[in-house]
Amino acid sequence: MVPFAGYDMPVQYPTGIIREHTATRTSAGLFDVSHMGQAWLEADDGRHETVANALEALIPADILGLEHGRQRYSQLLNAQGGILDDLMVTRPASADEDGRLLLVVNAACKEADYAHIAANLPAGVTLNRMDERALIAIQGPKAADVVALHVPGTSDMAFMDSRHGTFDGIDIHVSRSGYTGEDGYEISVAASRAEAVWSALAAHERVTPVGLGARDTLRLEAGLCLYGHDIDETTSPVEAGLLWSIGKRRRAEGGFPGANRIQREIAEGPSRRRVGIRPTGRAPAREGTVIADMGASEIGIVTSGGFGPTVGGPVAMGYVDAGHAVPDTPVSLIVRGRAEAAHVVRLPFVPPGFHRD
Amino acid sequence: MLRFTKDHEWVRVDGDEATVGITDFAQSQLGDVVYVELPGVGRSVTAGGEAAVVESVKAASEVYAPLTGEVSAVNDALADSPSTVNEDPQGNGWFMKIRMANKAELDGLMDEDAYKAFVEEQG
Repeated sequence: MVPFAGYDMPVQYPTGIIREHTATRTSAGLFDVSHMGQAWLEADDGRHETVANALEALIPADILGLEHGRQRYSQLLNAQGGILDDLMVTRPASADEDGRLLLVVNAACKEADYAHIAANLPAGVTLNRMDERALIAIQGPKAADVVALHVPGTSDMAFMDSRHGTFDGIDIHVSRSGYTGEDGYEISVAASRAEAVWSALAAHERVTPVGLGARDTLRLEAGLCLYGHDIDETTSPVEAGLLWSIGKRRRAEGGFPGANRIQREIAEGPSRRRVGIRPTGRAPAREGTVIADMGASEIGIVTSGGFGPTVGGPVAMGYVDAGHAVPDTPVSLIVRGRAEAAHVVRLPFVPPGFHRD
Repeated sequence: MLRFTKDHEWVRVDGDEATVGITDFAQSQLGDVVYVELPGVGRSVTAGGEAAVVESVKAASEVYAPLTGEVSAVNDALADSPSTVNEDPQGNGWFMKIRMANKAELDGLMDEDAYKAFVEEQG
């Protein structure tokens, strides 16, 4: 167990990181992500427009246009367009719940996020944190079959669909989403009932509990950002390759923090970009490794790197000057004082297994 | 007979040559080994000085030379199968052989019982 954002969490279960990783890619992995912050953003008038407008003042995603029962990825931005945190926003499936949005934020950022959101809300909109709520993710190609045995109707859900449900009779909120690049679900449940849900899922032979170590290798291979490493207050969503998460209307209209910088970067291109990097040899390049061009000039830095068990070799991502961000560009990684050959690649490293219909 | 360091390396002596690797305890703490960087044959190493690097999925760790001398052989097989360090750490997962410059340094290493007690203390 290691301390992680104030929680004791396992780096690995006795299975080991590579086996946990592979189990998730080939069958199903089970993740306790209860450390993440869950909160409701709620408008007194019960109108979606009210709560959506309040949140759109803080993030660049199109929330007005978010449909019932849909989830969207976005970022809380500072006035310079830097990323304070990344988060998931869900609009409840039933029109009876209009005026509410479910937010899921990172554990290490949640106190700062909640304070920032609360300080910037208009009258009539409040943030209500749900500290007594657990979050359990099940990810992998067998996740749908397993979850369907406990939660009726989940096999019909599309990627990023979200709704209320019952797990063996326990009230839950379930989304078809996750952060591994695989198909899967995230199950929000009262903390007092979390153990029952976890135990029921873990009892399946097809399901393997997964710790922090494999969670990191899975999201790295999937090309997904880890807050505080691949994105932070200095990086913009455009530099980070997250432009897909900024709706067309928002790009045109602005109206979110740092819109000037972000609209300029969209028009002119950012000066640096997040890219995938594949070392040629077997030596992993860790976070902080300097990236150099073929003339040995520094062009960037690795923000996440290690061994990709599914790739079967080292993988990394980091920021490079925009001129070097084209896939197949050869670069050097300075590992223990030696230049190791590598090249820029398109992310993700492994094709996603999302359920799109 | 194996001898051990506080940095969790083991040493097996054969004449003037010592075979060196990391202990079963070390590999279990590291987890899945994915890369091993070995010194060049002929390189001089100093007892307690950096001699190799072992990388698990999570992190890179230094391996220190238990003894002073010259590297006389390295286990090239680890380049293609680093997981041998997990599977057989005190056998086929050896790292290097050192031609010892000062055999008296062996007296400063732990025997198996002392190492076991040391690991339990660290527990």
